Amino acid sequence: METLKAEKKEKKQETTMRITGAEALIHCLLAEGVDLIYGYPGGAIMPVYDELYKFQDKLTHILTRHEQGAAHAAQGYARVTGKVGVAMATSGPGATNLVTGIADAQIDSTPMVCITGQVTRSLLGSDAFQETDIVGISTPVTKWNYQITRVEEIPEIMAKAFYIARSGRPGPVLVDITKNAQFDELDFKYEKCTGVRSYKPVPEPDSSAIEKAAELINNAKRPYIIFGQGVILGEAEAELKALVEKGGIPAAWTILGLSAMETDHPLNVGMVGMHGNYGPNVLTNECDVLIAIGMRFDDRVTGNLATYAKQAKIIHFEIDPAEVNKNVKVDVAVMGNAKETLGMLLPLINKNEHKDWLAEFDKKHQIEFETVIQKDIHPTKEGLTMGEVMEQINIATGNNAVIVSDVGQHQMIACRYAKFKETKSNITSGGLGTMGFGLPAAIGAKMGAMDREVVAIIGDGGYQMTIQELGVIFQHNVPVKIVVLNNDHLGMVRQWQELFFESRYASTVMTNPDFVKIAEGYHIKARRVVQRSELKDAVVEMIASKDPYFLEVKVEKEDNVFPMIPTGASVADIRLK
Amino acid sequence: MEKQWYTISVYSENNVGLLNRISGIFLKRHINIEGLNVSKSEIENVSKFTIVVNTTEDWTRKIVQQIEKQVEVIKAFYHTDDDIIYQESALFKIASHLLFDERQIQNIIKESNSQIVTVSREFFVLAKTGRRHEIDEMHNALEPYGIMQFVRSGRIAVTKAAMPISELLTEFQEN
Repeated sequence: METLKAEKKEKKQETTMRITGAEALIHCLLAEGVDLIYGYPGGAIMPVYDELYKFQDKLTHILTRHEQGAAHAAQGYARVTGKVGVAMATSGPGATNLVTGIADAQIDSTPMVCITGQVTRSLLGSDAFQETDIVGISTPVTKWNYQITRVEEIPEIMAKAFYIARSGRPGPVLVDITKNAQFDELDFKYEKCTGVRSYKPVPEPDSSAIEKAAELINNAKRPYIIFGQGVILGEAEAELKALVEKGGIPAAWTILGLSAMETDHPLNVGMVGMHGNYGPNVLTNECDVLIAIGMRFDDRVTGNLATYAKQAKIIHFEIDPAEVNKNVKVDVAVMGNAKETLGMLLPLINKNEHKDWLAEFDKKHQIEFETVIQKDIHPTKEGLTMGEVMEQINIATGNNAVIVSDVGQHQMIACRYAKFKETKSNITSGGLGTMGFGLPAAIGAKMGAMDREVVAIIGDGGYQMTIQELGVIFQHNVPVKIVVLNNDHLGMVRQWQELFFESRYASTVMTNPDFVKIAEGYHIKARRVVQRSELKDAVVEMIASKDPYFLEVKVEKEDNVFPMIPTGASVADIRLK
Repeated sequence: MEKQWYTISVYSENNVGLLNRISGIFLKRHINIEGLNVSKSEIENVSKFTIVVNTTEDWTRKIVQQIEKQVEVIKAFYHTDDDIIYQESALFKIASHLLFDERQIQNIIKESNSQIVTVSREFFVLAKTGRRHEIDEMHNALEPYGIMQFVRSGRIAVTKAAMPISELLTEFQEN
């Protein structure tokens, strides 16, 4: 514990109380501003649940139907609010069920604190009932984790957990607490953590790097911005917009950057990546200066690295030093928080416009519109498309809903066609691609933004991975709108089988239950649409509902998502069909 | 890029679980740790990991970045053999009768600059400290006569250049 003593702390609370570890934990959560947690009780966490019962007027605990649901709900809450999401579970299976959500939060940089119960200290390592080494298991997928075995550690470790989860590049922290530490008493005093000596969350911006970046941008003929979630996490939306407008620079989003800039902005040119837009992908290999802001050059964004933006000077605005030169070698790395570094860059940027260059994005958009977009959102053939459903949702919500998607074809369609006016509005599992994320994440998103319309777009496959969370929606009357785009297939895998495995549909055809009846079983208003003529009315009815609402849309079974960069291909070789 | 030997030095807090966290970074990239030593460092309450890998510089740099990203890691560096002074230690357990039956054994002991740590009726133990290839040479020389047990330590190394860890810690604390 020497290390903790060395940490700087603000002294706020001098008085101490003699309380149990379990009660201390609740006070820690309250001191961190937590008013909502998701979880599932069990033997090794029971003392904490007993305290939750006593504190229910101050701290709401939502019982999810599976611990994975708790983790994803906490993620949804964190993504929409920017606050730390909290999930709680018992030891053993409770803890391991959180792991998928923790891994998802790690790769998508979501601030989350997970609290797990653990067998009593004297039983550690004895293969006791429901004992599992959750600290060992979660190590590769947490930003930090710790096992508390002594009650005195609780305040310091919890303070550190919240500080680490939310600072710098955010991420999940797991704190495992043995049962004896929950029962034992301590003299409780809470001090918020303001620093850990071995941890530097935000690198100092280097003004010479910013000057170099400005010079490259000012001299560029074909500058191009790709923005990622770093803009949202760093709350740099206004600075991004100012840079785009002042420099007259076309800007494209990564899937996690989506909603950082309004989708209808004339300089917002679309999405990069495997199923991104045609222009933004192809023109990545024609720009002269590529300005990457808060994104990490994921393989789904870059396609083949050997042919990625080789012609361009690359500037990387990044908070995490480990991301610099990890996948793409950059010419200028600007370290720091995007709000701060873009703020420093802005005064150095010359007012400019790049009409000819922008016209190339328009030309490419026209090609994509004619070959893909028109057919997706204004189809003339018989079967319903996912794209036209998204279009109706945009219209019915005035382009201003929080869209939560699951993983697969519907997710790509949602991210391609959903329109946004506000930031923190696109909640999806990007890095990990976790099927089953959508429904519980939508619960967390709605509870974090009760004043906003939250629409979950989910496929028939992913929906059935966490369908049990309908129980939470019913029990707490969480007014989320659930849209299942049902093609009776695991659509994205089926698409790959069609394109790359000669249409051998191995285990991708699904015989589905009656989803409407299932929703009705949970007393959730439900409707099924099979005809185009019913779609608009059904979407309007759903959005108008004050209560939770389930809408199943039977879409064309074998539609494919295009454009597409096949694995290993260059962004320049994106396929339109 | 060509593979070569790199020595990674990690200055960190002395916490349970950090070894697991660091070794996981190698595991994730399927890179074998060829040598590992954990000890205290020149700074109070700061541990030092010395890790040896045989891989490309690009991989080594990326691994070091990932190690340094860990909350409890203060700083990580990588060096080639030319940048450091390093040593490894080895123990050889050999049957005692060989000392008398095989004259060459005594020559090996003298030439290798190794020490006899203990001698009993059944066996004697040789300790050798040196560079990896010196220990390999001694192993090769003794092998034909039979080695009952052999063990080699992880590498320990200090850099020729200064290591500004204390300054870093002060700087971290000021920020």
